[in-house]
Amino acid sequence: METGSPEDGRAAGGEAGVEPVWNALPPGLLRMRRLLLVVWLGLLALVAGLVPGLVAGAAWSALALALMAWGWVLLGRNWRSWRYAERADDLLISRGVLWREETVVPYGRMQLVEVTSGPVERHFGLATVQLHTAAATTDATIPGLDPAEAERLRDRLTELGEARSAGL
Amino acid sequence: MTAADGRPTQDERVPDGERAIPGGPPVTERRPSVTERRLHPVTPLRRAWAPVALLAGWAAHDPDQAQRQLSRLTTTALLLALAIVVPAAALYGFLSWWFTHYAVTDTELRIRTGLLFRRTAHIRLERIQAVDVTRPLLARIAGVAKLKLDVIGTAKKDELAFLGEDHARALRAELLARAAGFAPRTAHEVGEAPARVLVRVPARDIAVSLLLVGATWGSLASALVVPPLVWLATHSLWTTLAVAVPLVGGAVTGSAGRFAGAYDWTLSESPDGLRIDRGLLDRTHETVPPGRVQTVRITEPLLWRRRGWVRVGLDVAGSSNSLLLPVAPREVAESVIARVLPEAAVPDAAALLRPPRRAGWCAPVRWRAYGFTVTETVFAARHGLLRRRLALAPHAKVQSVRLTQGPWRRLWGVADVHVDTGANRTVTARLRDAGEAAWLLAAQADRSRTGRGAARPDRWMARGPSAAGPDQDG
Repeated sequence: METGSPEDGRAAGGEAGVEPVWNALPPGLLRMRRLLLVVWLGLLALVAGLVPGLVAGAAWSALALALMAWGWVLLGRNWRSWRYAERADDLLISRGVLWREETVVPYGRMQLVEVTSGPVERHFGLATVQLHTAAATTDATIPGLDPAEAERLRDRLTELGEARSAGL
Repeated sequence: MTAADGRPTQDERVPDGERAIPGGPPVTERRPSVTERRLHPVTPLRRAWAPVALLAGWAAHDPDQAQRQLSRLTTTALLLALAIVVPAAALYGFLSWWFTHYAVTDTELRIRTGLLFRRTAHIRLERIQAVDVTRPLLARIAGVAKLKLDVIGTAKKDELAFLGEDHARALRAELLARAAGFAPRTAHEVGEAPARVLVRVPARDIAVSLLLVGATWGSLASALVVPPLVWLATHSLWTTLAVAVPLVGGAVTGSAGRFAGAYDWTLSESPDGLRIDRGLLDRTHETVPPGRVQTVRITEPLLWRRRGWVRVGLDVAGSSNSLLLPVAPREVAESVIARVLPEAAVPDAAALLRPPRRAGWCAPVRWRAYGFTVTETVFAARHGLLRRRLALAPHAKVQSVRLTQGPWRRLWGVADVHVDTGANRTVTARLRDAGEAAWLLAAQADRSRTGRGAARPDRWMARGPSAAGPDQDG
């Protein structure tokens, strides 16, 4: 059976020796998150600035705007950190800037592949793929995919999961 | 249920009128239908205590009002209530018993239940993770037993309660024989597989081991000290009782209850897998077929160390019991673990790799207890300074591998590697050097993928490619 990570995976840092083909997330997710951020924090800034009785309105709305700017940068960094790779026998998901997390799920352990898309996500043409194994702690979710890509991924994962099925 | 379930050869053998294969006619008429059986007639009585408990709970919860209500009741009202409640409860008990059926087919156990809301549970036999037969004290007096199959996703209500004692034993043997892959016609006659006793834990050891655990003394002390203090502070009988009852209850279950539960703990081995028999008042029997163990944990409380005792836990997916040996000398425990996880030796304390010294900044004192190692067959990690805990996860059982690193850990160049197993137990190698962790992540994913190749098939007695085929990796 072919493996995406042959023995030369021992190279220090792991990734250096066997750089898999990483896929990034499409920009739609970033657009959606940033828009939601602007809408909500913009509303907050407006309310804080306009409603009398709140302490020093202008300062509060400035704070909300500062939060917005910070969140804008943060969302961008977080979005850039998300990436996934389909190797011959397992799926790799890497994410997080400050709290980094990297997950490896062998295809054979996959119990269920789920594609979900909420109303907001649908409006932006996005879908989320979630993998379930027999362990509930397995947290393998890829958000913000193109629906076509999500479906391709789902079909491929299901197919590979069937071929390599290992169960419990 | 899963992708792994797609086994056309076996699905066709199901002589079951209710299952229609999509795209094909139902395979009914060719075979005689399966005989459905009812539970033991004593079953309706099992819930008899419930209304009494409900009343008692209400009375205890709000005693003043309960007294007022009781004083208002006249004898006629009481009799009237009894005349309605008792027959209604009896009728409900009888009907729910009457409408509960179970049947064993070649591939599954089917439990059909429900008076208004029909519910049929199909439990696939090759998916069995463990079989439990329990006999609570009252059931022992009545000569009945509960039988439960542990499969992932089964609920509490998917147990067969109650069956006659002999019948439960025969049914367990039959279910195991069928799950093991014996031919359907011979499964009846296979009978119970012979068992060989591996360990019998002496009652004295159990008592002493419980006395050497801090939690026992803690709960006893709090049960003795707290209620008098509450009484002194409030002088209210009800408050004191409300505090005392849970504390005393906790102390009793934590000491005497645990002793009674672990009494006569017998671990035996049979071709059907591991058998655990235990209990003083409530007898419990559990059979864990081969290849079902997801993780094994060795716990060593501080005060047990001088005696060289350990507690061994095991995790089986879908099973509630998580104890293999309540107390045993280390050598015995290791020999038992060698049986549970074939070819897996418990790594020496000296063989465990410790985190780098700078890890001390992330977990000041605790880092000294951390250790991990990988052998041919298991991933092992230890933690706990006072109560040392070593967890072993066979590579074949690993569901996913994760690497996590927070900002503080990044600063010190360390990361954690988590290995998730099917029993929802995660074994974590803590505070490894970041580069090593990244390598470990890749290597572990590889090992767990290939580890399955050597594992036994789900139907452990089956021979030939048809039974073993779909479970092999590749």
